[in-house]
Amino acid sequence: MSATTAAWIVLAAPLAGLVIVSFLFNRLPGRSAGWIATGTIAVSFVFALIALAKLQQLAPGHRELTSSLWSIAKTTGVDANASLLVDPLSVLMICVVAGVSMLIHLYSVSYMTGDRGYSRFFAYLNFFVFSMLLLVLAGNFLLLIVGWAFVGAASYMLISFWYRRTTATAAGIKAFVINVVGDVGLVLGTFFVFRHTHTLDFVASFHAAPKVFAKGSGDITAGCLLLLVGAFAKSAQIPLHTWLPDAMEGPTPVSALIHAATMVTAGVYLIARMHPLFQLAPAAGDVGAILGAATLLIAGTIGLAATDLKRVIAYSTMSQIGYMIMAVSAGAYAAGLFHLMTHAFFKALLFMAAGSVIGAMGGDQSLDRMSGFRRALPFTFVCFLIGGLALSGIPPFSGFFSKDDILAQIGSRGGWYWGLYVAGYLGALLTAIYTFRMIFRAFLGEPCTEARELIDHGHLFHPEQPRNPANGEIEDTDVGFPGPDHVIAERALPMRLAMGLLALLAVVGGIVAIPKTTSWLDNFLAPSFADSTIHLHPSNGLIYVGLVLGTAIGLTGIATAWVVWVARPGSAAAIAARVRPLTTLFENKWYFDELINALIVAPSLWVGRFAQGTFERLFVNGTLIGGTTGVVRAGSAAVRSAESGFVRYYVGFIVVGLTAVGLYFLIAS
Amino acid sequence: MTIAWYLAVSAVIFAIGAGGVLVRRNPLVVLLCLELMLNAANLALVGFSRMWGNGQGQVFALIVLVVAACEVTVGLGVIVAMHRLRLPSDVDTMRELQG
Amino acid sequence: MSAVLFFIAAAGTLAGAIGVITLKDPFYAVLALVGHLVSLAVLFLLLHAEFIAAAQVVIYAGAVMVLYVFVVSYIGGQNLSSGQGPGRAGRFGAFACAGALVIELFIAVLGSGLRSIGTIGARVAVGFGSPEAIGSLLLTKFLVPFEIASYLLLLAAVGAVTLARRRGGLDDRGDGTPTISVMDFMRPRPFGTGTMAEGFGHGEALSAAQSERRQERES
Repeated sequence: MSATTAAWIVLAAPLAGLVIVSFLFNRLPGRSAGWIATGTIAVSFVFALIALAKLQQLAPGHRELTSSLWSIAKTTGVDANASLLVDPLSVLMICVVAGVSMLIHLYSVSYMTGDRGYSRFFAYLNFFVFSMLLLVLAGNFLLLIVGWAFVGAASYMLISFWYRRTTATAAGIKAFVINVVGDVGLVLGTFFVFRHTHTLDFVASFHAAPKVFAKGSGDITAGCLLLLVGAFAKSAQIPLHTWLPDAMEGPTPVSALIHAATMVTAGVYLIARMHPLFQLAPAAGDVGAILGAATLLIAGTIGLAATDLKRVIAYSTMSQIGYMIMAVSAGAYAAGLFHLMTHAFFKALLFMAAGSVIGAMGGDQSLDRMSGFRRALPFTFVCFLIGGLALSGIPPFSGFFSKDDILAQIGSRGGWYWGLYVAGYLGALLTAIYTFRMIFRAFLGEPCTEARELIDHGHLFHPEQPRNPANGEIEDTDVGFPGPDHVIAERALPMRLAMGLLALLAVVGGIVAIPKTTSWLDNFLAPSFADSTIHLHPSNGLIYVGLVLGTAIGLTGIATAWVVWVARPGSAAAIAARVRPLTTLFENKWYFDELINALIVAPSLWVGRFAQGTFERLFVNGTLIGGTTGVVRAGSAAVRSAESGFVRYYVGFIVVGLTAVGLYFLIAS
Repeated sequence: MTIAWYLAVSAVIFAIGAGGVLVRRNPLVVLLCLELMLNAANLALVGFSRMWGNGQGQVFALIVLVVAACEVTVGLGVIVAMHRLRLPSDVDTMRELQG
Repeated sequence: MSAVLFFIAAAGTLAGAIGVITLKDPFYAVLALVGHLVSLAVLFLLLHAEFIAAAQVVIYAGAVMVLYVFVVSYIGGQNLSSGQGPGRAGRFGAFACAGALVIELFIAVLGSGLRSIGTIGARVAVGFGSPEAIGSLLLTKFLVPFEIASYLLLLAAVGAVTLARRRGGLDDRGDGTPTISVMDFMRPRPFGTGTMAEGFGHGEALSAAQSERRQERES
């Protein structure tokens, strides 16, 4: 069993789960679809660990393995094989993806109970996991693009999972369209690279790149910028980020898996994988870093004003991915991937806990109506707290180590990167504030009605009229989904199991890269980035200052949140009134949706309406089709008039024919 | 008179017969015009027989006579049957072939 | 002399032909055709085809036209409403067609390369066109067409009878089903049918005796 064989099995297991659940979806009793799906992902995770072990058994210089199953297309100049690349980077990614997916599947087994689309959900989830694993294991640009597109499709299917809600389908379409824009960027970037390297294979391409591209040349910069477009669309960075908050229309496990732990990290993975190309185009790297920093600040500010629980967490995801993008664009690959891993843990945990709270609220997601769930949902509260502390960067939680690692490395680059350094810590302050705003508002204070019901009667709240949480319209539940059941973690063992494991990982996950003490992650990832030309070694002073600064800022944020939302209630409203323009800006999400609407959506709709109303109707329907059919009809009417039924006409035709034949013979003679 | 005259007469009678078939509406008269055409053919045949000097054309004309007789018989039978069924004796009303 | 006769006879044929297509009353049209046929017989005589001329008068003008007269008097010339039909345009088209036809035939006949058309014909023996000549030809050289022609006459006779028979001759069984079927030949026929006795009217006696014998056997 070599590492590549294990990698193929990692890829095959979710696919098998997908096939089984899809074909048997009608006949699987109860929750077996969920267990089957979870089982296959567990198999995948086990084999990912085996691949990890096998890879570590090889010598450090030989940890880049490719394995090709068959050749997809063989034409002159194009080598397209179904090949995987197994190296520390991809093995790290598959461990994270498979592991977190396994826990989320476990969570969903309980969470989606009673939903009529139960089997469909798990089929889609397995399809997504398969696509994501394909994406990270791909050994050439072709399979990468295939995995990329599949992941976008799975995201669309899962966001609009409750497709009877118009808000869900609209959100799904929005996500898909923006992802397609990214796909275009990815494919075009591939073309730019392929044009010079003449190979689709990663290993060959990266070896050839320094020889065929001059550093900073136009082609490689353009190619990397286009790859960045792809990464930004998938990772929801400015300006292609507007789909992520709307994607919260999907069920909570979907938000946890796709929009926290895996799909949105595909962009980070892309930049890390393409690092030889990005190092040949420093301009692209700089653009990526700047936009990443901008995203983390803007998302942080919007998170201060958002009122939907899941959307706050979504903006926090956007912000944290800004950190990761900033890191990998600047050359701090190991740090960025470290944060990717820890973020997967605590963000999935946060989403799971949010799902539990929403279940207690009977499907309502508005933060304004939640309060005082601390005693009603104790386990959920603890998980939320752990996730929040990790997110805010409080030691000894994992988020602290990863975030400070990133910022120290960014700072060590010097020059104008100090600006990004400052922005990073500012973002950390904002993160702590909005995270604990969320926690304090939802869990502390006077218990709301739903919480009171739980505390006093142990009775889970059920709304008489199920409503769409986004726009409040009443839904009919005859359809069967969303299911009539609402599940909370305190009453479902699988959910507690998953959340507990993630909480544990969020606490101890930082151990792999404690500065100055352990450098397991760095050493593990070193072979992948051995050819990197950027070597960042932050000085000890920078590291220590960073640790202290991070802790201080995190605690300051928590204290600020405490003061504003717990100690002095009403001060939030007062502050908001004092800086009305800012508040409006944050509440309207910096008007990005309106901007895109005016710039792109409205003109496209206008063009479409014009094409349909004028061009299609007049020209195509009227002239082309109408004209052609008119001509044919006229011709056939003319011919039809000869079939009058008058025998005399027919005799006349005979006579005329006779005459004509005679004429012919006369002339021919 | 040379044979050409007889052939000219035959051609004229044939054309008159054809015109008659196309113009008249009573089926009986249409059959009569059909007879005209057959007779024109007979005249031409006999003329050619005289031209060649052997009797083959005349035998042919005799057979044509037989055929004409048969055809008249059957045609009149059809017309009588139609009349029995109270169908109007008008060629133009029988338009079942239309379409 | 023969030229004068030719012109008279030709005029007669043409007059008869024009009469056929123009006369409104079908009876008059039949009479016009009779005149035409007689003139045509004269033309045949001029062409040394005596037998054909005689056959024309006897068969055609005699038998066939008489048949026509019977049918015309049975059916009569009805007043036809000029409702449907091609109308004036059709009339014009008909004459145009006929005109084109006659012009073309003229060109064909008169412009052809047959030199003998310009003569009065080959030298013929005395018995040319006599019944003996035609008869010997029919029975030697043209035997097969002769037999086929007689077969054709048989067909025409059967067809005419079938078309014009009285429906009362073969009654329906009352429910519209046809009275003759193949099964009639398969089924055993009643005793005595098809015999001469039945033909002479003793059929009832026979069937009575038949039923008597059956009753004897069963008892």
